[in-house]
Amino acid sequence: MDNIAGKSSGLKWAVNISVALLVIAWLIPTVGLFVSSFRDRDQITASGWWNAPFSVELTYRTRANDGEPVQEGDLWVVEGNIFATSEVSEAFASGEAAVTAFGVTGREPTAYPAGTEGETRDGGTLTVNADGSYRYTTAETPDDRGLRIYFGADTPPDFTMDNYLTILTAQTEEEREEAYAAGQTFWEILSDENGVFRNFINTFTVTIPSTVIPILIAAFAAYALAWMDFPGRGLLIAAIVGLLVVPLQLALVPLLNLHNQIGIGQSFVGIWLAHTGFGLPLAIYLLRNYMVGLPRDIIESAKVDGATDFQIFTKIILPLSFPALASFAIFQFLWTWNDLLVAKVFLPSDDASKVMTVRIADDLLGSRGGDWGILAAAAFVSIAVPVLVFFTMQRYLVRGLLAGSVK
Amino acid sequence: MSPLLQGVITIFVGVFGCVGYFYAANLVLDKVIFPPRGPHAGRNINRATAVRPWLFLFPAIFALSLYLVYPVIGSLWRSMHNRAGDEFIALDNYLFLFEDPEFLQALFNNALWALVVPAAATFLGLLVAQLTDRLSWGNIAKSLIFMPMAISFVGASLIWKFVYAGDPDIGIINALRDGIGLDPMDPVQVPFWNNFFLMAILVWIQTGFAMVILSAALRGIPEETVEAAIIDGANPFQLFFKIKVPQIMGTIVVVWTTITILVLKVFDIVYTMTGGNFGTQILPSYMMSFMFRDDGRATAVAVVIMIVVLPVMIWNIRQAQKEMR
Repeated sequence: MDNIAGKSSGLKWAVNISVALLVIAWLIPTVGLFVSSFRDRDQITASGWWNAPFSVELTYRTRANDGEPVQEGDLWVVEGNIFATSEVSEAFASGEAAVTAFGVTGREPTAYPAGTEGETRDGGTLTVNADGSYRYTTAETPDDRGLRIYFGADTPPDFTMDNYLTILTAQTEEEREEAYAAGQTFWEILSDENGVFRNFINTFTVTIPSTVIPILIAAFAAYALAWMDFPGRGLLIAAIVGLLVVPLQLALVPLLNLHNQIGIGQSFVGIWLAHTGFGLPLAIYLLRNYMVGLPRDIIESAKVDGATDFQIFTKIILPLSFPALASFAIFQFLWTWNDLLVAKVFLPSDDASKVMTVRIADDLLGSRGGDWGILAAAAFVSIAVPVLVFFTMQRYLVRGLLAGSVK
Repeated sequence: MSPLLQGVITIFVGVFGCVGYFYAANLVLDKVIFPPRGPHAGRNINRATAVRPWLFLFPAIFALSLYLVYPVIGSLWRSMHNRAGDEFIALDNYLFLFEDPEFLQALFNNALWALVVPAAATFLGLLVAQLTDRLSWGNIAKSLIFMPMAISFVGASLIWKFVYAGDPDIGIINALRDGIGLDPMDPVQVPFWNNFFLMAILVWIQTGFAMVILSAALRGIPEETVEAAIIDGANPFQLFFKIKVPQIMGTIVVVWTTITILVLKVFDIVYTMTGGNFGTQILPSYMMSFMFRDDGRATAVAVVIMIVVLPVMIWNIRQAQKEMR
């Protein structure tokens, strides 16, 4: 149909270009945060993520303390290289940076362009060249600490996993190094109570039982609704379709009270039960729709051969329904993994019991509000798993969507 | 005990409990209560057949009534009691709501969301579905546009918070504004229009959903109708609007209502982006402001949400019953 009349090549180009633009527009937000999660914190604030591959001008301060003062006539001269001074030597270990400007006061850290001569507060002169070499001359005896110098340097892009490690372990780079030095293993550092890794594990703890249990319950119910005859069947199906759209909000208060009364309270058991209950209507609906479509002949010939309903279900229906079971499993997994509301209400509110979404929304966004590297890393730790599931199981997900686009 | 271990045990207990229940109940029914032998063999078989569906259905019906039916009634009942829950105050909570300007704001915003998001997502989804229909790399494009479906609302909010960030060196919106010489602004704090900036997030997520369903519907259109239109000289736009769209109208309506229901329930985006401030309050996040503080008012808001969803629910049931016949 590609060469039909009225579909000119110009139109084809327009279609290609507009789809490309739409895809780019859809990807930009995610890509931006993804790139930022690997950037150094100072670089994030200094330049936009779209400039990530290019070097950034960052401002540093240091002291001219790497060279011994030498007396030349009336003047004292200090010479050295600014990148080798003790306060910044670590940041420039790779040695690719270039000084763009320098200054001697914190108010004007880039008052003089590199290579020119600037005036220091004690009446001396200071020259800093692009390669970092500097020359400081003064009439007075320089003190031991060295002259305070501010400078702007073009810093090469710095991609790091540091954000991820910091957020997972709740320890900064220095703290982690101290812990290593104290003999802790990586695993011990990762198991830190305050780290997001704990919340990551919690999310799995919530998600897996909440996905597996409703499938079983729903499969039996769906079989009964699809292939067994009994009075009230139509009514039950209608009720399940109705329950599909009951807003979760309605369930929160009464169920939390119920859980408190029977002693479950806010706990993992409580959230498993809640997710099971909330997931059931969609599970039953999807599975029933699929099972009804299975060929009647197979089931009837099995019955003629003397198979019981139980045998038909376990030996014939269940294996044949695998695609529907898979698509519901993916739905429920994505839904429980991404859920914020149920986890907020049914889990205890201490950091150690939170799931990823709650930790990000309630804790990190408040306490780390401006620290984008950290926030981005946390977001991608939480996004990685569902996106992986999504891309590997997309086929089943689409099938499920087509079968039960009601929820 | 670590929650992880507890989880593994629960899976085992849950799975084996379920299987065990179904197996044992079935066995008891066949062997003990109504054995298919003896003087009443025939009658027993009939009775066992009559009981078995309920055996299969029992766990589901039990869970559904406890976790979905009971809460509807429980919330209705609770919403007519005061904060402590010990005094019946009839409709006072509702009267309070309708006098609270924040509630009215939330109601208005919710209506706005319910109008704009489904319309925008369905329109964009249809557009992408049609554009990618005969494209060689259409499936890749669709996958990428579909991808936000997998991202949590919280994650999506964070992603967009980054897009909207006020610093032109961080947020791409303000970088573009900076590029053409405008002052930086915080889109989330612009009165009234900030609602639309928040809606953009949900549209971003839901367009993929609409696209997948509508794309399947477009493929299902009989070729003959399309060919006939082309022979009659229809241009691509006429083909799309006069031939294709009317044929998939049913699917469009389903997509539209599905997104509408979702919109009425989503609280995560507003909660993460603004916490309901700057005039962006919606009902679900308004309800969370009472959660754990005043159960009476929280449930009253929940009931209002339920009432708003009710027409869609009834329509859904009607459709389902029509399909079954």
